Amino acid sequence: MTDRILVNGVSAPRFSVPLELRAVAITLALGALGYTLFPDDLAFLTRLISITLLVLSLDLVTGYCGVATLGHAAIYGVSAYVVGNACLAGHSDPLLLLLVGAVAGALMGLVSGALVTRFRGLPQLVLSIAVGQLIAALANKLSSVTGGSDGLSGISPGRLFGIYAFDMYGRTGYVFSVAVLMVVFVVLLRIVHSPFGLLCQAIKDDSLRARMIGARVYPRLVLMYGLSGVVGGIGGALNAINTGVVGLDSIGFERSAEALVMLVLGGAGSLWGALIGSIVFQVFEHYVSAANPFHWMTMVGALLIAVVLFAPKGLVSLGGLLAGRATYVMRRRP
Amino acid sequence: MSQSLLELRNVSMSFGGMRVNDDISFSIGKGERVALIGPNGAGKTTLVNVISGDLTPSQGAVHLAGVDVTALPISDRVDAGLVRTFQITRLFKSLTVAQNVALAVMQRKGLTSNIFSSPIDRPDVRREWERALGTLGIAHLADRQVSQLAYGQQRLLDLAIGLALEPKVLLLDEPAAGVPSEESSKIIEAIDRLPSDIAVLMIEHDMDLVFRFARRVLVLANGKLIFQGDPREVTHHQEVRRAYLGSYADARHAS
Repeated sequence: MTDRILVNGVSAPRFSVPLELRAVAITLALGALGYTLFPDDLAFLTRLISITLLVLSLDLVTGYCGVATLGHAAIYGVSAYVVGNACLAGHSDPLLLLLVGAVAGALMGLVSGALVTRFRGLPQLVLSIAVGQLIAALANKLSSVTGGSDGLSGISPGRLFGIYAFDMYGRTGYVFSVAVLMVVFVVLLRIVHSPFGLLCQAIKDDSLRARMIGARVYPRLVLMYGLSGVVGGIGGALNAINTGVVGLDSIGFERSAEALVMLVLGGAGSLWGALIGSIVFQVFEHYVSAANPFHWMTMVGALLIAVVLFAPKGLVSLGGLLAGRATYVMRRRP
Repeated sequence: MSQSLLELRNVSMSFGGMRVNDDISFSIGKGERVALIGPNGAGKTTLVNVISGDLTPSQGAVHLAGVDVTALPISDRVDAGLVRTFQITRLFKSLTVAQNVALAVMQRKGLTSNIFSSPIDRPDVRREWERALGTLGIAHLADRQVSQLAYGQQRLLDLAIGLALEPKVLLLDEPAAGVPSEESSKIIEAIDRLPSDIAVLMIEHDMDLVFRFARRVLVLANGKLIFQGDPREVTHHQEVRRAYLGSYADARHAS
């Protein structure tokens, strides 16, 4: 029966300590691998991690709760702006800024969740876009707070733990980001395998049935939106801390849509899927856009079509299949 | 009848101009086994939806253990002990069999707001979902994904979820419909073994099962309750025979 669990690694039925350890090991290994592959482009990697947090955040509501949203970058962007302003106002401790981002994201998540999860299906999707556009428009108009189309700049965070300065090579920023991603990922693994996480998946599967076992669907979805906001907010905070600037691109529709594409690519409803999808998409984009600046979007499109055709449940399902096959082969051996 | 657990008072349900349930009143007491029968389109499932809270009746009231629950949401009714199963199974397809039942157990115990713990292996939770699965003979399927189950097994799981909620009033919407005989006998056994103090209302077409299970029969035809009483009498009732039973009643009557 264990092999079945592996085949469906997408939603491993039981939580166990090794899962957490595996997550720690894998994120650290990926961090080291990134450092080895792109030693001169750590800025790219820190950006990648920040966006990965947005995709993980989206996975919580879309993959685990079945909420259709194309406005998730609002959470990310609002948090980035709040963190940027906090830093410009003199609160420059990176950990404090991370906390500020998490709180801003949580509030933004609760508000958008309270609106968006009132509805289902297309009205929900449209409402999520409307909320996203509204926030983006506000960011553009409120230039005294956001810098308008010029964006916020000159955000310079203080030393990490009062010791490690954010250097121009981005080493501190990178290590900091990998550590944050690792912690967030492990905590999220616990959450999605908790009773609350299971209930959210149950609501996604059949919300009437969930009501019929006594679940209060709406408050659960809003709570998950709030948690998702924390994660997206941390992503936004990392963006502001690492790049030193916050622009309208971090809040707009395109960012939301791109996050959804990454999630679908990797596999919605699995944290591993969100991780894989955002890494593959961004690394692919990085290489291909450098190699062919004119047609890279075409290539990304082709990749997506291939994935949707051959692995509609995302890249993570391929991994699951491989693992299942390997177990099967090993078990067949005498 | 001792204490009334479920009571309908003049319940009517209309969709547009169509009256699907028309002025229905009955009550079910502790430990009673009642079957709701009627031809297709009589309004049986609508009535179950009204009782469970999925639909709000156009008129009338639903009382649960003496409390008017007409305006209460589904989840509050479940908390009060009103549980239903579905005619067409509704399960959590991305979860395992064990998780489906464990979730019901944890919901009843108020554990689903827990966002960090490892849920299913808590001894008190585990004992309960294992027992519910064991009662229906599907404990060996615990780690399967629901999507891998045969239809009959899904029906058993649907009932297991219902049992795990420890109902006071259980509504069974055609529990054995479309189920192969091997599994349907398991379902019937499980229904026979239901705790004797809970009230059960079962919609069923299989008259053999109705006669075996029910001490009282309600007959619904064209949205109206046209008969309630002893199952042995239902076959003699002229209106019922005309509306529903047809040749079956004649055959049984003759034998």
